Amino acid sequence: MEVVSDILVVLLLLSNLYLLAASRITACIQTVALQAVVLGVIALTSAAGGLTLVVVSVTLATMAVKGLVLPWLLRRAIRGADVAREVEPFVGFTTSVLVGAGLLVISVVVAEPLCSSAPADVSAMMIPTSLFTILTGLFIVVTRRKALNQALGYLVLENGVYVFGSSLAIEEPFLVELGILLDVFVAVFVMGIIIFQINREFDHIDTDKLSVLKD
Amino acid sequence: MMLWSVVLIPAIAGIAAMLPPMRAVRRSLLVATAVAHCGLVGWVCFATPVVSRDSWFAIDAPARIILAITSVLFLAAALYCVGYLRREEGRTTCDAEEGFLFHNEPEGIFVGCLLLFLASMSFVCICQHFGLLWVAVEATTLASAPLISFHRHHRSLEATWKYLLICSVGIAMALLGIFFLASAGRGHAPGLTLSGLVSSAAAMDPVWLKAAFILLLVGYGTKMGLAPMHTWLPDAHSEAPSVVSALLSGALLNCAFLGLLRGHTVLAAAGLGSFSGELLVLLGVFSMVLAAVFMIRQTDYKRMLAYSSIEHMGILAVGAGLGGVAATGAMLHAMNHSAVKGMLFLAAGNLLAVYRSKNTCDVQGVLEKLPVTGCLWFAGFLAITGSPPFGLFVSELTILKGALDGSHWVVAALYLAALGTAFVAMARIFLPMAYRLPDGSPHDGASSPGAREPVWSVLPPLALALAALVLGVYVPAPLWDAMRQAASALGVL
Amino acid sequence: MTALASILHVVLAITLSPLLLGVINRTKAKFAGRTGQPLLQAYYDLGKLLQKGAVYSSTATWVFRAGPVVGLAATLIALAFLPLSGAPGLGAFPGDLILLVYALGLLRFMTVLAALDTGSAFEGMGASREVQFSMLAEPVLLLSLAALAICTGKAGLSDIFASLPTLDSLQWVPTALLASVALFVVLLSENARIPVDDPNTHLELTMIHEVMVLDHGGVDFGLIQYGAALKLWIFSALFVGAAMPWRIGQPVMDLLVGVGGVFLSAVFVGVVESVMARLRLIRVPQMLASAAVLALIAVIWAVR
Repeated sequence: MEVVSDILVVLLLLSNLYLLAASRITACIQTVALQAVVLGVIALTSAAGGLTLVVVSVTLATMAVKGLVLPWLLRRAIRGADVAREVEPFVGFTTSVLVGAGLLVISVVVAEPLCSSAPADVSAMMIPTSLFTILTGLFIVVTRRKALNQALGYLVLENGVYVFGSSLAIEEPFLVELGILLDVFVAVFVMGIIIFQINREFDHIDTDKLSVLKD
Repeated sequence: MMLWSVVLIPAIAGIAAMLPPMRAVRRSLLVATAVAHCGLVGWVCFATPVVSRDSWFAIDAPARIILAITSVLFLAAALYCVGYLRREEGRTTCDAEEGFLFHNEPEGIFVGCLLLFLASMSFVCICQHFGLLWVAVEATTLASAPLISFHRHHRSLEATWKYLLICSVGIAMALLGIFFLASAGRGHAPGLTLSGLVSSAAAMDPVWLKAAFILLLVGYGTKMGLAPMHTWLPDAHSEAPSVVSALLSGALLNCAFLGLLRGHTVLAAAGLGSFSGELLVLLGVFSMVLAAVFMIRQTDYKRMLAYSSIEHMGILAVGAGLGGVAATGAMLHAMNHSAVKGMLFLAAGNLLAVYRSKNTCDVQGVLEKLPVTGCLWFAGFLAITGSPPFGLFVSELTILKGALDGSHWVVAALYLAALGTAFVAMARIFLPMAYRLPDGSPHDGASSPGAREPVWSVLPPLALALAALVLGVYVPAPLWDAMRQAASALGVL
Repeated sequence: MTALASILHVVLAITLSPLLLGVINRTKAKFAGRTGQPLLQAYYDLGKLLQKGAVYSSTATWVFRAGPVVGLAATLIALAFLPLSGAPGLGAFPGDLILLVYALGLLRFMTVLAALDTGSAFEGMGASREVQFSMLAEPVLLLSLAALAICTGKAGLSDIFASLPTLDSLQWVPTALLASVALFVVLLSENARIPVDDPNTHLELTMIHEVMVLDHGGVDFGLIQYGAALKLWIFSALFVGAAMPWRIGQPVMDLLVGVGGVFLSAVFVGVVESVMARLRLIRVPQMLASAAVLALIAVIWAVR
């Protein structure tokens, strides 16, 4: 079991690094979708109370929403917009990857005291990786210019929080899981609409040009 | 069931309002729902059912106050909104500042989101389960984001994007904090209900609890507009329609504050109240000072009001963090601030409608031109800066008393300094707006006196101003009791 | 038996390494639908070069002449410490991985010096690029080897690769996986293979390694070519050690499997060269940085 968990964690790690290095928006969207699948499998393998119908259905719903619906939605939002590439984010791609390494080290150090209370049969790197995913998401939100990349960063952040929850085997009640999923869905949905409107209004989705409002 | 109706009625009404054939009845539906909600909340608040230990939904003392504030403010806003929507009826409008044309959002979506916003805020108030509370707070963000971009132009879209992204990311931190809380409570507490966590808090690992509170503070603090996570707030408040600004400032921020209080309660029950309290005071004082500084050279009166909201959220955080009588003061302050800030934003909406500018230099001689709004504007200035006849004076004084009682001299000094700075800064902006006449040009069309002030747009702010005045002169004993109960429910008295 | 395997490994490496280039070229030719060069083309080239005399510029000093000789000597030293599956390095001792890395460093240093000694701006440019990329590739190499060392708790290169498959828990699998990916990227970069450098584009402004050795001729150039082949062997062996840590138990048989692995990695290089385009120079550091991060993750994994 631990090897499976290890490999899933490596996949998650690599997807984060790829997100930091990749410049094509479509590639980023696909990676986030893949990440959703990975974290669904993680949740299934580390479910504390065994695979009950509720757990399986909620996890499958999560995978479907984050892995299929939201990527489709985001792709729709940029349809017609000329945003295949991210031109020069605020922090270059190489630097992003190196910063990613730093973030990973930070998350390993920070997670050290937390790991003691994690369940035994998940990978020891699960909690650091979930923190790393959260930090990666934050980093993407902060350093990318395109509104769509920022939305993706939010999704990555959310994925990280989700993995953190499942790596600690926190069992949320059904209602709460569903509520969280619904919120994430609606959040990205609304973001997609706003991106669409920004695109229509400005003919681009570079958020650094959204700088009229300031003091 | 009673409790549920508080959420369900506006939610159903909201969805109904989005339906296409509702054009004619939409506005009356809005007002009717607001009135019904108000009545229900009154009933819920006075006939409080007993809170069972592990129930997910219940209404306790702090939530009661926040819910009441939200409901009353929404009623005022709904009434104002009818007039506002009538004014905005044309689908193509000229931008007030830059003079370009833009479309408004469909009215159905606006009204629907307004009602859903009310539903989500009510949901925040009745949640006793931390996970659901998070869901509810995130729902308020999502319901209010379309409200901010009612005017579909580049500034409002920018504000909406910032609001949505910053708040969503911040709130995600709070979810992490909730997971920390769950991890701390593993083996001790059965679930994530407030009462369950409070009763078993003493046995939990303090390190996890502290980390959880910091994350909750970042998350809900972002939503509440505490510095340094406040950056979305001035943009959103200045670009949203005034009625939405009033709701954001007067109701939404309080709801986030409630979320923060829940975390504080758990920490206090675990004996870590001083830790969380100090953090709250720290962020609170920082917000106050920062907001006061930013108000000094402000030229946009809606932004100035937004910074004032940051300042008052800082005051709330300080009050809650200090505990004791200051916490009671914070509850009272939340009520006063909501009334006054709601009134000011509604008045600002009137000014914006007539002067078509948010720049303070363009808005002059309000008392002459719009007597009622001008009086409100002037009274609002006195009220928001905490001048004696109004309620904010009482609550700010109570919090100051709490600080002095606990001999937190530095906090008290900074508190007074920030309030003083804010007074001077706001006086510099408000007084010329109210008094100074336009540089005598008789043929200037804008200076012709007696612009019409429709009753829809003056009555709601007038009522709110009266409420603030009454609270300043006389706080009824039952109300005071409710405040004290709310403060004691924090567990830090 | 193990000593015999070690000697056999060195002999095989010395004789077979030019064949690796042939294998790579054949693979590429197959992908392109061509017949391609003969497999032994590298040997013919070497034979031809060794029969020629060298021409030296009047401005070049002894450094230019010493470059190829010292470089080849350094490569042979590195080879002496190189393990390949069952066969430990000839002179293996704890800590020899540092020696191996620095022997390769010496090779690069001499090549760069010789290139600078010509005084040609063109070769200076190549030298600067070589140094820039190797500055990024060397930490990756060291980090990946360090990850394996930490994972096994051994300090000698031969011990590391010998004890890798004997570890009890499967903790080492992700480490070895990540380290082998990183090592493969180093292999591509250090041997001037396609995503980094194109060995076939002589005299293009985008080249790195070939441009440095442009002024060498005859025997000197032959030594350089042969050294490059040996270097490819060394990196392939390191990659195989991390990526194929299975043992039969019989040293000579293991060695033969390892040699098979080395040729397999040559095929793999050929495949990569066929399906990828050369990266823009500006993207190369990004690839190496990503490899460095992979190696770092391997280290972190090993530490835990």
